[in-house]
Amino acid sequence: MTDTAPALDRLRGDAPPRNHDARTIAALTANPGCARRGLMDAAGVDKDAVARHLGFPAPFGQSQFAITRGNGFEQQVKENGCAELLTLLRERAGLDVAEVAYDDLEVVAGGEGRELRHARTRALLGRALDGDAGTLFDHPLLKLDIAGQPAYLEPDVIAFQLAGRFHVVEIKSFAVIDGQAEPEQVAAAARQAAVYVLALRRLVAELGHDPARVSHEVFLVCPENFSNRPTATALDVRPQLATVERQLARLTRVDRLVEALPDGLTFALGEELPETVRAVEARYAPECMASCEMAIFCRDEARACGATGVLGRSVRDDLGGVDSVAAALELADGTREAPPELAELAGQLRTAARLRAEALQLAAAGGVA
Amino acid sequence: MTAADALAPGDAAEAVVAAVLADLGRGHRGVIVDSPPGAGKSTLVVRATAHLAAAGDRLMIVAQTNEQVDDLIERIAAKHPHLGVGRLSAATYAPSARVLAHPQVRVAQKADDLAEQPVVIATAAKWATLTDGSWTWAIVDEAYQMRSDMLLRIAGRFDKALFVGDPGQLDPFSTVEVERWAGLTWDPMRSAVSVLLAHNPDLPVHRLPVSWRLPASAAPVVARAFYPFTGFRSGTGPGDRRLELRAGGMGTAHDRALEEAAASGWALYELPARHTLRTDAEAVRATAALAVRLLQRGPVAHSEQGSAEVGADRIAIGAAHRDQVAAIRAALGEEGAGITVDTANRLQGREYDVTVVLHPLSGRRDATAFHLEAGRLCVLTSRHRHACVVVARAGIPELLDAHPSTEPVRLGVPVKFPDGWEANQAVLAHLAEHRVAAG
Amino acid sequence: MSVLTSLAQVQAAAAGVAQPVATVRHCHLAAAPLVMVPLKMAGEAAAPLAVMLGSDRAAPELLAVPQPRNRDLRFAFAAEFAKLVLEHVAANVGAAESLGEGKDGEERVRYTEAPQILLPNRGGVGFLRLLGRSTRFRRTEGPYAVEPAVPALGRWLTWYADRHDRPGSSLLLTMTETLRLHWATGQSSLEDGNLAALVGWIDPPDGLDGPAAARRAEDPVASPPAGPATDPTFDNEVLAPAIAAYDGAGRDPRAEERVRDALRGQLAPTWDLMWRSVDLLRTLPEGGSVARRWERDRDGFTWFHRSFAESLPQPRRDIAVRAARRLHDLERAQDAYEAQRAFDDPLVMIEHRLNGLAFGGVVVGGDPARLDESGKRPKLRPHLLVATGDPVRLDPGATVVNAARPGLKGRVLEVGADGVLVELTGGMGRGLVPAAGSVPQVGERVVFTSLTEGSFGPARFPEAEDTPWTHGGPPAEYVPTDEDAQEDWS
Repeated sequence: MTDTAPALDRLRGDAPPRNHDARTIAALTANPGCARRGLMDAAGVDKDAVARHLGFPAPFGQSQFAITRGNGFEQQVKENGCAELLTLLRERAGLDVAEVAYDDLEVVAGGEGRELRHARTRALLGRALDGDAGTLFDHPLLKLDIAGQPAYLEPDVIAFQLAGRFHVVEIKSFAVIDGQAEPEQVAAAARQAAVYVLALRRLVAELGHDPARVSHEVFLVCPENFSNRPTATALDVRPQLATVERQLARLTRVDRLVEALPDGLTFALGEELPETVRAVEARYAPECMASCEMAIFCRDEARACGATGVLGRSVRDDLGGVDSVAAALELADGTREAPPELAELAGQLRTAARLRAEALQLAAAGGVA
Repeated sequence: MTAADALAPGDAAEAVVAAVLADLGRGHRGVIVDSPPGAGKSTLVVRATAHLAAAGDRLMIVAQTNEQVDDLIERIAAKHPHLGVGRLSAATYAPSARVLAHPQVRVAQKADDLAEQPVVIATAAKWATLTDGSWTWAIVDEAYQMRSDMLLRIAGRFDKALFVGDPGQLDPFSTVEVERWAGLTWDPMRSAVSVLLAHNPDLPVHRLPVSWRLPASAAPVVARAFYPFTGFRSGTGPGDRRLELRAGGMGTAHDRALEEAAASGWALYELPARHTLRTDAEAVRATAALAVRLLQRGPVAHSEQGSAEVGADRIAIGAAHRDQVAAIRAALGEEGAGITVDTANRLQGREYDVTVVLHPLSGRRDATAFHLEAGRLCVLTSRHRHACVVVARAGIPELLDAHPSTEPVRLGVPVKFPDGWEANQAVLAHLAEHRVAAG
Repeated sequence: MSVLTSLAQVQAAAAGVAQPVATVRHCHLAAAPLVMVPLKMAGEAAAPLAVMLGSDRAAPELLAVPQPRNRDLRFAFAAEFAKLVLEHVAANVGAAESLGEGKDGEERVRYTEAPQILLPNRGGVGFLRLLGRSTRFRRTEGPYAVEPAVPALGRWLTWYADRHDRPGSSLLLTMTETLRLHWATGQSSLEDGNLAALVGWIDPPDGLDGPAAARRAEDPVASPPAGPATDPTFDNEVLAPAIAAYDGAGRDPRAEERVRDALRGQLAPTWDLMWRSVDLLRTLPEGGSVARRWERDRDGFTWFHRSFAESLPQPRRDIAVRAARRLHDLERAQDAYEAQRAFDDPLVMIEHRLNGLAFGGVVVGGDPARLDESGKRPKLRPHLLVATGDPVRLDPGATVVNAARPGLKGRVLEVGADGVLVELTGGMGRGLVPAAGSVPQVGERVVFTSLTEGSFGPARFPEAEDTPWTHGGPPAEYVPTDEDAQEDWS
């Protein structure tokens, strides 16, 4: 992977690499088939800036009400050395966190670099691994290699219990109501937590310990029902771990994409940017709108060339791989001769078109079948 | 290697059966037996039936379909010709010949008419129509395919129960939105076993360790892909089974695929990569043609049970969708008469010498959760005693590689293993070693 | 999804305007539905911000919470909201039809009307469900007492949200789902979730085509979101300053009016879209079985209303028996609804024709007066040969019914090159000569299908107190607690 690193740096132009966080790493799992996104992410290109420059800014604004609520909740949970969190982990989640040391890794000497903070996390973790003290780490700083670039991650907290296993704690401000929460939000939290588990496991392994000491069970701390009271729910993130690991491994194979690019290509903001972006193939699907800053640009591009993918993955699949709206229609009305490999699809589309026309005609004539 | 692995397969299996039967007398309200494909589940049901009947307990047996009920009756009657068996059935049920062949079996629509029978057997749906009557013991077959709401409807009829089933097959499903109950231990969509264990976590769970159906070439592949934590092994060794093709081949791709399957137990017949309709005509033709060609090659199965010709009745074709099944049936024509063609759902619990499978992901542009479901592929690749030929278009690895993993997560719902993606990957990696490109 | 809807979407994309996927309306539309457009506070589970509602398109009511974080203001909002919802309910109680005596000897009735609610989207249903959950356990006396209408509102909203889960129910409809049931657009289902974009495709304003109208709909300034989530930019630039001003001005009515104006501006465009959607739906004739399904809705309403006084609020989660029973009810409703829609609408029936489970064509031959004399008594068994171009996938022996008149039953004898040979077995009258007009004549167009309505029978379930040990045994009897009643609503 180090071989491609200089090539990836060139792709970014003069811009510094965008720092990945757990959210952007988790987003890698959303559309792994997209070469454009894969390349831009691997090179650490600031997709948000690119999208804005192209005139298609990402609609990922956040309401200040939501931000205030989120910050307020996290602060409340962590107040007084995570007092509320400890009570929760003891009582609600049944964790045996007896004698607990609380280490806030953020408030060391102010203004210190990330490398230093990471070193401190590493040192404290090493000590905790050797001893058996119950420990809560607040603001630890973990590191994960993303296609040759280090990404720094800040899990909410890590709890260490006496049975010798670390648990990642993820604090989220969406509500758990009568034991249920929005499945999409839980999934996003699980993916992020999986990134932390992975980074922590790698660190534990580096320190010469069994990575399995980091549990695949994380704790999700959310407001309960309609209140501000936190509640903790155990979440098994094994499926998300497998996915994240898979996609990170895949990113290191980005060299194949890089090789196929014309020399001198760069995502630097400038006149040639639209051309550069278009030179790398995208695999747009409506789901991109939820997770990728480039989505609106790609949707516009896909619409402009009449791609069936903009209608949704299932539509594209129903159309048996016909990529264009025009081609599908011409096959359906018989104006396009179907090549042998599309004969079957054409037959079905023609039948479907005939049935639709028949039924609509009948309705227009005022009858029912 | 565990202690059980050190035993001969027959002894290892017998030890588990003995432990199950012993547990029936220990006062547990329920006993659960997980059975991987072909691990002797029905044999266990027959033995437990005799065991409980001998103890003088009134016994009810619950199966999921009429076909499964008749299967069990046939097996019980053959083994214990003097045991009185009542078959409770709906008014529309016409007793099959294999049930009528046993004079000890009495068929009735009302439970009262079967009060004298020590063993009464019916489908879960039929049992659910009863409002009274009680049996000391129940044996619930295919318990992982039974929905929790069905168990709720029949559980009032018995005091204690033995639950038997295969955790690796397809999960129950519904056509309506069921999110409302996600996370509840009594979620009606969970399987009967899952709900039972959620409320009675101390019940003993046994696992049959040996597949008598799957050959040595298949058991490790299926175990690794679909039973990653528990595993199982084949009851037969590498040389114990042999599929012989008496008629010579002509070196065509079809012949080479069949020969590969005969020699190694697996073949991947790979068509060129292309996105297609579900009823991909080329793949459908290839699937049917391979089955027909197999018959023409005069196959003979040599195994621990002796040697026998493989007739059409010993061959099955499996597919994911009903329209694919219909298309393959049509393509089989006269030459393929008698070959079973069905969806994974309907092939559950059945066994053949050779299977031909149309891969659920063949020709797909995007995989859905349906196509990726581990249980579906598990059923399709674990029905055979000798060989399995998989028909697929090239490109499935790329499809899996590009699959977005963004499934929603519901709190309190146990994580499902194995993950469909991983299972598909594992099977595919194995099949790649047995690839024959279409001619 | 199917090839047919996918084709309709492709046709819509090419034409620049939505294409029909139904020829009749598959839902009931009340004469005076209660239209509601709710908004919630960002970042909160169910903190109401505002709702625009009413049955008169010219005179919507606007209820708003000038400071959504204030618990008292929230409950004041809930009380006002409750008043309007309960009025709507009361307006539909009154006339009832008698259904005769039930098994217990009690007179059974069905109200002739039921109160319908229309919301923009599913998010709105989720919000009402949570609002119902946060209010139904409240008490009207003791600590934290609320107005009596508040817990009643909670129970009604919960009931509405539950009815929405039921396939084919029209008591609570969402506009995006309902429109999508009748039209396919040239955009994805994700974009169809935006009511303005969806209506833009179905009925583009003058001078625009579907894509242009949809593009405009995605600009939150020109077309504010249909809720319940608000536009973040609106929150940050308009609402937050207005709320801050209200807080700072000591709750001055003018400051409150500024918040209300801001919210009115966000809600009014969606309010108009809701009524335009109603107009669009009314252009379609009502499907044949819609009245029957509305009858089930009226039964549900009658029962809930009449037992309201002596019932407790709905529990937080379903107990085992209730969950199983409800799942069964939903599955039955789904099964019936799917079949009914196909029988009502040839544009839906073609889904089954394309799948080979139905076929249509012209009667080209047969023996319309054929008698089967093989048994003891002769039976009327006419044969029909139907020429069809459909990809029939029915096996010989399959039972079929006539799509236009499901009473006419038959079975497939043979599927051949010149058509499908069907033997009619019932629905032709009692004699040995078919009743006039009952047997399709040569030259007539017919559709036969293997689809049946009501293949799903009712099921028995144990009583809650008989919940078996496999499901945890009988649950504790549900009693609302003080804790429920005094739950935080922060």
